[in-house]
Amino acid sequence: MRKKCLTAESAESAEGAGVFLLFLRVLGELRGKKMKGMMMRKPPVLLSACLLVAGTALPAHADGERFDVRNPGYQSECAACHVAYPPQLLSAASWRAVMDGLPKHFGSDASLDPAAHAEILRYLEANAGRRDTTAAGKPQLRITETRWFVREHSEDLPRDVWKRPAVKSAANCAACHTAADKGDFSERTLRLPKGVQK
Amino acid sequence: MRIFAGLFLLALASTAVFAQTPADFLAGYSQEAKQANPGHGEPSAQRGQRFFTALHGQEWSCASCHTRNPAAAGKHAVTGKLIEPLAPAANAARFSRTAKVEKWFKRNCNDVLGRTCTAQEKGDVLAYLLTLK
Repeated sequence: MRKKCLTAESAESAEGAGVFLLFLRVLGELRGKKMKGMMMRKPPVLLSACLLVAGTALPAHADGERFDVRNPGYQSECAACHVAYPPQLLSAASWRAVMDGLPKHFGSDASLDPAAHAEILRYLEANAGRRDTTAAGKPQLRITETRWFVREHSEDLPRDVWKRPAVKSAANCAACHTAADKGDFSERTLRLPKGVQK
Repeated sequence: MRIFAGLFLLALASTAVFAQTPADFLAGYSQEAKQANPGHGEPSAQRGQRFFTALHGQEWSCASCHTRNPAAAGKHAVTGKLIEPLAPAANAARFSRTAKVEKWFKRNCNDVLGRTCTAQEKGDVLAYLLTLK
């Protein structure tokens, strides 16, 4: 049951979420529009429904910022070097642009054999976010430069937070989101490293 | 029965093809290096260690991520992501699958040298890694 809560994050595209949506509709508590909120600030109704489904698994303040990143190819090829960034955080156009540039992937050679490349691209496209992630007419490649990311990280954080030794880079989600490797970006797992005050 | 025996033999044969040991890789690189240059001797752990820790005209060395002690865990130079130990004595999964080994040599040699590594260089590095306990 818990899996349904995880996949509900990408409810518009993820497998299994249809059943979950149906369940919510039966509860008569959800209008389609609300699912567009996708990753942040879920309407409380979704959370409560999720809690209902999960039984006791989730704490009361879980906030729905959880993503299913359990794709074997994505994990073994991409997550070897960095956190398995949730596919929902970039649009399909951005993911295509990222995957087109793997031989020079942010300064590293991350090239893949054609089979792995096709499989991972399919996974990313199928689970991509609906938000437009373009800047100046071009697909953005860095999640950390998207309007959504900048907005989410603008409150109360020191300006140099990304440069702190314990953080190193804005791409290092796990410095603060301690369960980022599992796709869990909930408040419950958020711990600012020593020396970084909110 | 015959079918089972056949399947068993097939399984044995496929294990022989896919499950490789670091020694198999070392022998393969050594042979390849000799073919490329008949005067070439055996892989050298000392040469491998120097190669591993030296810069090769780019920003990173092998040790930038794998550290100067590849029997311990390393850290990705950019993302900080944990990298499991590279020395086979510390991590049995290393040098056990051709596709994986060649994929990482291709990517990482390109990052560290701006080109592919020669069979001699791969053999030297592996000889060095095999001296670590």
